[in-house]
Amino acid sequence: MLKNRIIPCLDVKNGRVVKGINFVDLQDAGDPVEQAKIYSDGGADEICFLDITASNENRDTIYEVIKETSKKCFVPLTVGGGVRSVEDINKLLNCGADKVSINTAAVQNESVIVESSKKFGSQCIVVAIDAKKNGDKWDVYTHGGRNNSGLNALEFAKKMENSGAGELLVTSMDRDGTQIGYDIELMKKISSSINIPLIASGGVGNLDHMVEGIKEGNASAVLAASIFHYGTHSVIEAKEYLNMKGVPVRI
Amino acid sequence: MKLSIVDYKSGNISSVINSFKEVAKDKVNIEVTSDIKKIGSSDKVVLPGQGSFKSCIEALNNISGLVDELNEFAINKKKPLLGICVGLQMFADVGYEETETKGLGWISGKVSKIDNQNGKYKLPHIGWNQINIVKDSKIFKSIENNSHMYFVHSYEFIPSDNKVISATTDYSTKVVCSVEKENIFGTQFHPEKSDKIGLKIIQNFINI
Repeated sequence: MLKNRIIPCLDVKNGRVVKGINFVDLQDAGDPVEQAKIYSDGGADEICFLDITASNENRDTIYEVIKETSKKCFVPLTVGGGVRSVEDINKLLNCGADKVSINTAAVQNESVIVESSKKFGSQCIVVAIDAKKNGDKWDVYTHGGRNNSGLNALEFAKKMENSGAGELLVTSMDRDGTQIGYDIELMKKISSSINIPLIASGGVGNLDHMVEGIKEGNASAVLAASIFHYGTHSVIEAKEYLNMKGVPVRI
Repeated sequence: MKLSIVDYKSGNISSVINSFKEVAKDKVNIEVTSDIKKIGSSDKVVLPGQGSFKSCIEALNNISGLVDELNEFAINKKKPLLGICVGLQMFADVGYEETETKGLGWISGKVSKIDNQNGKYKLPHIGWNQINIVKDSKIFKSIENNSHMYFVHSYEFIPSDNKVISATTDYSTKVVCSVEKENIFGTQFHPEKSDKIGLKIIQNFINI
């Protein structure tokens, strides 16, 4: 049977690994290639790089990171952050990324998703949705969580599926960095309205949160950063725990 | 030994290249090419494939003489060829992704959309799934039954003759995930993305 995936995420800035708490307060903590290799050797089902390099002159650093990582890690590699165009996607794929996640550009210009999924296949197009609850609904935010697009996250998710996205990476901005667990209600609502896999993100503080994300949130995969990055748990520990709780994982 | 990875400008093949180079080290000469002379003089060929069945077939046909050369290599000379993902699917007579498209016709059968049982199963079928090895295949040497492989696809190859099937995987149905017919090998999963066990399959193909 198909297993649920555990995806460690590495935030990368100017070619170095950092991890944000609520998108600010960054701490430098290592070489991305070595980090990724540690994760893949440790049983990660996939590795995710989120490039948060702000300045244009340093944008090319991510390409080198991907090139080097893809020579050493033989599990799927997803890269996101600052992806604006079909050409950006092409470049990342050519460097060795297996999937590219697109956030702001998907909101601003749906044709990027339509065209890139036609050109490279849906399997490599992940739409990253940053959602924040306002009242009784979730809005889609762009630009690293700074701007509210005013779009309804549930409707946007459905639209992205129809545009050709192969997967959705859904981050709850309310939960990101808090370590109090995924926004299960959000995950469940989106997951039940789409027929493509959902990756849950934002808020993992312990291994039970991962179990909840999959069992209750109906996510196909769970993404986490801090819990792995600061050594609270290893990927294999997480998998053994999930397995014990009846969540099918690759061990 | 010379191994060619066919670069027919369809999708991203850098992961395939990286994995073969990792396994081959300096012992095998790996060529990434669309040059039909180079392909013809190879000992082994790898046919990757990403995107849709239709777009891959069109991309093959766009390179003058390539399909003829591949036919010569795999059917007449009977040299070892490995198709990965859509590379495997193209062995079929026909594919139904986007529109009905004629395949290479090397292994009789069709490629159609995986039955998602009215949304019960998510598509694409993405992630790690176990393979049930149903017959000995040269590429499965030292590979344990129920090993996990990485999949990402929405369409499946349904061969007319079950004898060519070397492994299946359980999703909404028993999905054919590996075939072997004489010198022709194919995997629906991605050995290049299936960690150490996937690299072992690549090693097995190189060692044939």
